[in-house]
Amino acid sequence: MGEKMSRRPYAQECPRATWYFKRPRYMRYMAREVTCIFIGAYTLMLLVGLLRLSQGQAQYEDFLMALRQPASVAFHIVALAFSLYHTFTWFNVAPKALPIQVGEEIWPDSVVASAHYVVWAVLSLVILFWAGVI
Amino acid sequence: MAKSNKPIVWGTFAAGGTLTAFMTPVLIILTLLAATGHVPDMLGYEKLHGFAAGWFGKLSIFIVIFLSLWGSAHRLRITFFDFGVRADTLVATAVYTVAGLGSIAAAVYLSRF
Repeated sequence: MGEKMSRRPYAQECPRATWYFKRPRYMRYMAREVTCIFIGAYTLMLLVGLLRLSQGQAQYEDFLMALRQPASVAFHIVALAFSLYHTFTWFNVAPKALPIQVGEEIWPDSVVASAHYVVWAVLSLVILFWAGVI
Repeated sequence: MAKSNKPIVWGTFAAGGTLTAFMTPVLIILTLLAATGHVPDMLGYEKLHGFAAGWFGKLSIFIVIFLSLWGSAHRLRITFFDFGVRADTLVATAVYTVAGLGSIAAAVYLSRF
């Protein structure tokens, strides 16, 4: 009777490499995850810049000129979009990761998230000012 | 109790994610300006070299590169899994090696200023 009673084996319907196309929610998850590719690649670019800076003025000027290639400008724009997406998604889950309790009260999520945005805005402005942009 | 390296990996991921959330967009804006021919004052050779020569500059540059690399490496490991790559040990070894070598390289380059 064994065979008759056995259930049909479970067929995995979820395609391994393309499952996230099924729902917008999964797509947003993947968009959030792939931000690391752009942030990681950008950091490696900074590392190259640091190497060139350590080698001398001529080498560093070459690096700055290389940044002006169209492919580099395009990479910057795409990386900026993904890094902003990382910032928004990171701040929006921050209240879950970092609940702040004062006495009996737990601060509302919106307060914790807003505090992150305020600090981010101030820090960005300070760095732009420090860099001589504004 | 079994020992786990998860807290260490997770700790750098959380620190890296937080640092990149705050810092990466504005850094990209600075180099994007340079890429469009409007090099910010601070990215000029003399000023940036002077910054990297000081202890505060060295420390900041190292922390930014170190945490950005480790945070990205950890998330990239998960991303590979999500794209259907199941060779996790291989992926983990590869991404953490790149992050480790990149961090060492940053320290070596900074020591030359």
